[in-house]
Amino acid sequence: MSENYFKKYPSKDGFYKEYGGAFLPPALEEEMNKITDAYYAISKSHNFISELRSIRKHYQGRPTPVYYCNRLSDKYGGRIYLKREDLNHSGAHKLNHCMGEALLAKYMGKKKLIAETGAGQHGVALATAAAYFGLECEIHMGEVDIAKEHPNVVRMEILGAKVVPVSKGLKTLKEAVDSAFEAYVQDPVTSIYCIGSVVGPHPFPMMVRDFQHVVGVEAREQFFDMTGEMPDNVVACVGGGSNAMGIFSGFMEDEDVDLYGVEPGGRSMNTGDHAATMMQGKPGLIHGFKCYLLQDDEGNPSPVYSVASGLDYPGVGPEHSMLKDIGRVNYDMVTDKEAIDAFFELSRLEGIIPALESAHAVAYAFKLAQKDPRRSVLVNLSGRGDKDIDFVVEQYGKDYGIG
Amino acid sequence: MKKLISLFKQKRNLLSVYFTAGFPELNSTVPILKALEEGGADFVEIGMPYSDPLADGPVIQNSSSRALTNGMSLKVLFEQLKDIKQQVSIPLILMGYLNPVLKFGFNAFIERCKETGISGLIIPDLPYETYIEKYEPVFARNKISNIFLITPQTPKQRILNLDQASTSFLYMVSSAAVTGTRQGLSKRQIKYFKRINSMKLSTPRMVGFGISNHETFKEVCQYAHGAIVGSAFIKHLENYGHDQEAIINFVKNLKTGEQTDI
Repeated sequence: MSENYFKKYPSKDGFYKEYGGAFLPPALEEEMNKITDAYYAISKSHNFISELRSIRKHYQGRPTPVYYCNRLSDKYGGRIYLKREDLNHSGAHKLNHCMGEALLAKYMGKKKLIAETGAGQHGVALATAAAYFGLECEIHMGEVDIAKEHPNVVRMEILGAKVVPVSKGLKTLKEAVDSAFEAYVQDPVTSIYCIGSVVGPHPFPMMVRDFQHVVGVEAREQFFDMTGEMPDNVVACVGGGSNAMGIFSGFMEDEDVDLYGVEPGGRSMNTGDHAATMMQGKPGLIHGFKCYLLQDDEGNPSPVYSVASGLDYPGVGPEHSMLKDIGRVNYDMVTDKEAIDAFFELSRLEGIIPALESAHAVAYAFKLAQKDPRRSVLVNLSGRGDKDIDFVVEQYGKDYGIG
Repeated sequence: MKKLISLFKQKRNLLSVYFTAGFPELNSTVPILKALEEGGADFVEIGMPYSDPLADGPVIQNSSSRALTNGMSLKVLFEQLKDIKQQVSIPLILMGYLNPVLKFGFNAFIERCKETGISGLIIPDLPYETYIEKYEPVFARNKISNIFLITPQTPKQRILNLDQASTSFLYMVSSAAVTGTRQGLSKRQIKYFKRINSMKLSTPRMVGFGISNHETFKEVCQYAHGAIVGSAFIKHLENYGHDQEAIINFVKNLKTGEQTDI
């Protein structure tokens, strides 16, 4: 990895080798150019950086700790550590980029934040940021996810956001993105689209990565402080890939650190039963950018599924797509069943209820620890599981002695 | 492409109609094209349905998803259009998103367009830079015109570049919003049309998005070479299906303002 990785990727036009870019109708193209210009001009300014750092410390409660899992490590062998993004204010890593995006929106004079949400974590984080800055907030969410992630819907509403139900298609994340784009195009002047991951047209994948970079920077320093060495493995779940880009970016140039992105294997490898984009997809375009994409023979995105609402997206971040091709990150997957097992294991052995998304990374950490107990594993525990408890108990409670 | 260029040289007040291939029925495509020609449409844009469009309003999106459910695809569309040269003589343009075209194979797609007799393409999410860098020669070689969109927000220099790169006409999106039906022209739209006219571009312009009746069509024609009707026609198809007479009357009414009961 060359030392100027972050200067090299993305290119001026937002490309990570062949991936990324901005494939947009002109109405959106102009707005993205304005956001890109504003991002470069504003986010590197002294005032912006000072304000964001102050917010992170006093409002979000950063840095979040790195925690050594004693009982899990005993059971599975090896040394398992968690980067506790579940302790970030509002319960997930999402607030890291939401505060950045909302602060940028404030500097740009925008009045309204628009976004999609899958599991509701990005929606809650953006609603939080909107309340903090006194901006309007409109969150688009698939009806299936609204039913499944009810507590997060209530949280968004309590925070003053408007939740727009999306009833098209499979009524999940992809349709929510379509709907949010549609709302944004109606009024791109006073509103801004705050995309929820390292996806979408340039500059979003870069912007969200840069705002999430803090996770990797902190984790690297904390892990070294605790152990005197670098972790051997770093693991994160990948839907769009924001938490993974955050933690990976801290270790990009440490070539001895192996990076693992974990995709949702769902119920089976049949089309529509998983969202393992990197494992099964082919390069294509979705939502204005190029990436690995689960798509049919006609180029329409395929239906996707995962027990974790934040992971069921047929595309993936362009930077992840490149990191797969150049072999810097290993992408693998974990099934629904393995993720649910990990959800209960972490809850019962460590007293930490993880988000179902993050449980995918935890499940993979068990595999790595069992494979080679001498090698340490650092997991990005991207979010807490409060939002998932009703769903999990209803669907899987019996198997784990509940109800 | 020749047909399209000479049309712009010979006529003004052009009416172009957009519809989504495979809507309302899978096999509506050819009957609709024939009726549009008979009704007096000067050229036609055939939408290639895609599941996740970023620039279409609800009416067109809905027609696309129904067309996909009906089984429409690029392969089916080219099969339906294979003898269209013998059946319809007005210029035909295909409009759709980039990913299905890439999946088909860009060069194969353009060659197939040429065989079919397609005059031009509108691919809203194909960036100008990518077109210039990668695709301009294959368009030129096959004599297919690539049609660019401009919006009220498009910067002046960009418009000049698009004017240079255009081979038939520029598609003026009349508002920043996605496609849909609006009533009449606003002062802001008129100001925008006048501003573009004052640039003395060498490429003729068509105005799209928001034209649903003869009055607006006539009004728009004062500022541009003609207008494109999309959502209003899709709504018509939703209500009346692909009935030939009804389509002919719809087009006549738009062009001339003559009311016919349907």
